[in-house]
Amino acid sequence: ARACRSDSRREDFSRTPMMQFMLLFSRQGKLRLQKWYVPLSDKEKKKITRELVQTVLARKPKMCSFLEWRDLKIVYKRYASLYFCCAIEDQDNELITLEIIHRYVELLDKYFGSVCELDIIFNFEKAYFILDEFLLGGEAQETSKKNVLKAIEQADLLQEVCCSLPSSLGGVARCHERQDVSTARSSQTE
Amino acid sequence: MPAVSKGDGMRGLAVFISDIRNCKSKEAEIKRINKELANIRSKFKGDKALDGYSKKKYVCKLLFIFLLGHDIDFGHMEAVNLLSSNKYTEKQIGYLFISVLVNSNSDLIRLINNAIKNDLSSRNPTFMNLALHCIANVGSREMAEAFAAEVPRILVAGDTMDSVKQSAALCLLRLNRTSPDLVPMGEWTARVVHLLNDQHLGVVTAATSLITTLAQKNPDDFKTSVSLAVARLSRIVTSASTDLQDYTYYFVAAPWLSVKLLRLLQCYPPPEDAAIRGRLTECLETILNKAQEPPKSKKVQHSNAKNAVLFEAISLIIHHDSEPTLLVRACNQLGQFLQHRETNLRYLALESMCTLASSEFSHEAVKTHIETVINALKTERDVSVRQRAVDLLYAMCDRSNAKQIVAEMLSYLETADYSIREEIVLKVAILAEKYAVDYTWYVDTILNLIRIAGDYVSEEVWYRVIQIVINRDDVQGYAAKTVFEALQAPACHENLVKVGGYILGEFGNLIAGDPRSSPLIQFNLLHSKFHLCSVPTRALLLSAYIKFINLFPEVKGTIQEVLRSDSQLRNADVELQQRAVEYLRLSCIASTDILATVLEEMPPFPERESSILAKLKKKKGPGTVPDPEDNRKERCANINGATNHSSTTANAKASAPSFIGDLLAPVLPPINRPRPVSSLSLLPTPLTPLSLQAYAMPLSPSAGSHFQVSSPASDLLSLGSASTLNSTPPSAPKASASLLVDVFSDNSPTAPIGAPAVVVADENFSRFVCKNNGVLFENQLLQIGLKSEYRQNLGRMYVFYGNKTSTQFHNFTASVVCQDGLNSQLNVHAKPADPMVEGGAQLQQTLNIECLSDFVEAPVLNIQFRYGGILQNISVKLPVTLNKFFQPTEMGSQDFFQRWKQLGAPQQEVQKIFKAMYSMDSEVTKAKIIGFGVALLDGVDPNPSNFVGAGVIHTKTSQVGCLIRLEPNAQAQMYRLTLRTSRDTVSQRLCDLLSDQF
Repeated sequence: ARACRSDSRREDFSRTPMMQFMLLFSRQGKLRLQKWYVPLSDKEKKKITRELVQTVLARKPKMCSFLEWRDLKIVYKRYASLYFCCAIEDQDNELITLEIIHRYVELLDKYFGSVCELDIIFNFEKAYFILDEFLLGGEAQETSKKNVLKAIEQADLLQEVCCSLPSSLGGVARCHERQDVSTARSSQTE
Repeated sequence: MPAVSKGDGMRGLAVFISDIRNCKSKEAEIKRINKELANIRSKFKGDKALDGYSKKKYVCKLLFIFLLGHDIDFGHMEAVNLLSSNKYTEKQIGYLFISVLVNSNSDLIRLINNAIKNDLSSRNPTFMNLALHCIANVGSREMAEAFAAEVPRILVAGDTMDSVKQSAALCLLRLNRTSPDLVPMGEWTARVVHLLNDQHLGVVTAATSLITTLAQKNPDDFKTSVSLAVARLSRIVTSASTDLQDYTYYFVAAPWLSVKLLRLLQCYPPPEDAAIRGRLTECLETILNKAQEPPKSKKVQHSNAKNAVLFEAISLIIHHDSEPTLLVRACNQLGQFLQHRETNLRYLALESMCTLASSEFSHEAVKTHIETVINALKTERDVSVRQRAVDLLYAMCDRSNAKQIVAEMLSYLETADYSIREEIVLKVAILAEKYAVDYTWYVDTILNLIRIAGDYVSEEVWYRVIQIVINRDDVQGYAAKTVFEALQAPACHENLVKVGGYILGEFGNLIAGDPRSSPLIQFNLLHSKFHLCSVPTRALLLSAYIKFINLFPEVKGTIQEVLRSDSQLRNADVELQQRAVEYLRLSCIASTDILATVLEEMPPFPERESSILAKLKKKKGPGTVPDPEDNRKERCANINGATNHSSTTANAKASAPSFIGDLLAPVLPPINRPRPVSSLSLLPTPLTPLSLQAYAMPLSPSAGSHFQVSSPASDLLSLGSASTLNSTPPSAPKASASLLVDVFSDNSPTAPIGAPAVVVADENFSRFVCKNNGVLFENQLLQIGLKSEYRQNLGRMYVFYGNKTSTQFHNFTASVVCQDGLNSQLNVHAKPADPMVEGGAQLQQTLNIECLSDFVEAPVLNIQFRYGGILQNISVKLPVTLNKFFQPTEMGSQDFFQRWKQLGAPQQEVQKIFKAMYSMDSEVTKAKIIGFGVALLDGVDPNPSNFVGAGVIHTKTSQVGCLIRLEPNAQAQMYRLTLRTSRDTVSQRLCDLLSDQF
């Protein structure tokens, strides 16, 4: 609780606030993206993921977007079929983290054009690249949407020279679960 | 933009992903994956050299498989090969694989580092960024070793592209977190600070995070960042919403950067430079003002971003804890949010207010919201919000509202979520104890707790109620009566049986005079619960029975019969059996004298930190449970009855049969009976430690070893036919054996944590005039916290040295010097401190202080230690001030003016007129006067807005009476302070001390 914030600051001099990890998972509990900003063993990561997915999925729609979990704070938001879930430290700012999630969704949306869960499944590497441009080491690196997308587009231009295998398959597979994860339809707190 | 697979569609990958998605079962999926793994393995091992594209595709597939949750044990080499590809796309996938599947295989690390090195020196910004991202993502020690020198160079080089600077800043931040020792401070640090002035807001955003981290560890090196951060923040908050172009987010100017800047400023105390300080205050005011403006957009993103900045600003205001107006404004703002329709805002407001509650400036303002918070407890649908409401109620609790808050928490407990019940139970128990003026209320509250949430009442809680009842003889009769009544309920919780058994065993005699609670009735009541209880409880009851035999000879026969029954003497449980055998034997062979001695009443428990508070702290993690009053005004004397236990030795008790008389007398005239007393007088004092130990020991050694000695109160012997009534109560082999061990053993007496929250840099001397606890000093290495208590002319100060670094301090010494004449006025004896302070650890030192005569100067605390081979010297003025030796004196109006006149000689009065430095809030003023040490006298001064106080300064040689009058003039923002004491030097010194406080 913030009540104790100043105290824990005292206990833990060396720690600065930052995001510990970000998880994207579906309503069915399938993990779609995981980004860890603190070193943890694979076993620990799996345990955390399992616990957290369960906890968040059990929450009802109108509940608040923050919860205390272990000694961390979880900030989460649901967009269509996907949950975006960040773990931050006690002193961290919950609302700005909520908007980090939103900005990331906007970036994905802009890049994929009405992003849906399938885009993230089939182009998971892109989702990671975009995230790296936006957040690095758990901190916002570049908050301008334009600048992030510019960086990604430049990279795309660089890579397209050699291998030009057009993919039709991705499109075929998109028939179901085609639900926009886009901005407007966030099912929470709107 | 095209929807799918931009750039490098990897058809094979897409097919594979589709296949996996089409798998109907987990088995099918595993089968498909194994097939793919076999395929990739054969490709990697095959004779034919793979082209870059195929390699990339297979590495990407492996990555996908790994992210599905399967183990991957090959492919690392191929990924490393991709790093040196000159095709961006291949390189990128290589880096992604490495980032996700770090392997500390040293051969690979060398290769990876090599590839990174090449990319860093490629001068191609896209490649450089990839390499920096990889370092930041992996952040391993090996990478820190390899690049900790290179990254800062890139960061501050003049020709580095902006985007690379951003990556470099955060990369460095990550390395600094994982291996701070490897990141050298140097010439670059000064240049990093100036990135706060950079044209490019993205660079500023990234750099601010880095600077914040560095500033926390080396505040002095980054001091200049304060003015730059304030300037930057000021430009942002005053900018028009279009000025910042793409950095404006839903009409909010650069919210992320603003939050980071406010966070950076929280590494420092309020700026000393008045201009900067003024500018910062303006910024904070602007942010608070904006919160009142109508929203520029209905989108939740707009309000979230705006409020994110607002909450961070409030955090800064709380951190500074120096601007009462801002604090009160913050509190009002949060008050509005308490009723906001957004659940998120209500949650955050409750959370933030908790911190405000601990500031002396805003505590009262927070309290005004009590009804709203209670309402939140009742109506919020989300358990995490209710939890925040409980926390806030706990934080805002003080003596004035304790009864209301405890009552509300109790009633909430009946319906509370199971997940938070235990915590609420602990909180209620702590508040009830801390703010109990009347201990009957405390006993009622705890019994209610057990009734409502018995399952959640941990051992610590019921141990504690017993400790308190035993230590406070004014509540024992009431406790006996109340548990007796509570036990009448047909179904009562086992914890109640435990408490009941213990208390009746000790104090049943106090209600035995009432025919409705005669010894036999008491026994039958307890025994009716016996068979439903667990073994430890039964063991405890058996001990209560043997104590009954001592207390009430008339039930001896009945109890012996019970002990003699097969279900006891042949009980399958060895502990129960042994108790039954030993108690039975004891009751048969021991003379009444011996019985009375063996079964003497428990001596008072030594005082220590509440075991419950320790438990709550443990539950919530260290440091997270502020003792609600720590930095507040209370000059508590009453924590868990510390005050009177010294008088309640066993002897005192035995000879004071009347102590509850007045409490219960009206109802049941002759309820209490004297307890039997041994005539053996071996030692005049009770052997407290010994008997405590005996109490805690398992029964096995013969009962004789539990003998406890009490001195005779021979006059009492005659009262109850001495022959049988020999009753020292149930003390000796208290059944609970192992059960109770916990009460006596350590778990609690750890350092009284809790130096308060406020982190202030140097010279805090004057902040301690009206309070006893707080942080005295802090630099980048060391934090010194104080906790002190004074009684008459003696004081004890606990000094806490917190090592903020991760390395040891060697040769640590801390000594106190009383300079000049002070050593003839004040004795300060410092116990030697441990010469080594581990990294992150806290060392406690105790100072004993004796005031010989009145004094002006303050002793100096000299600290020396070696940190990283360098000798550090720190000297701090210790806030031992004359007013600490005040004892408050209550008196009426007539008395006061009579004395006032007596002290009319001109040199006895000192008067000072001065300007108010803080807001003229009367509650705050009252708190300060009480904190100063005098009694605040109501209704003495004809003008109700004036404050009048009285007290006596105790020194070894003399006592000096002192009268105080403080007259505020709100219009002029001035005060007039008048002091009259019998000694001119005292008047002058007290006036100087106090006039600084308003």
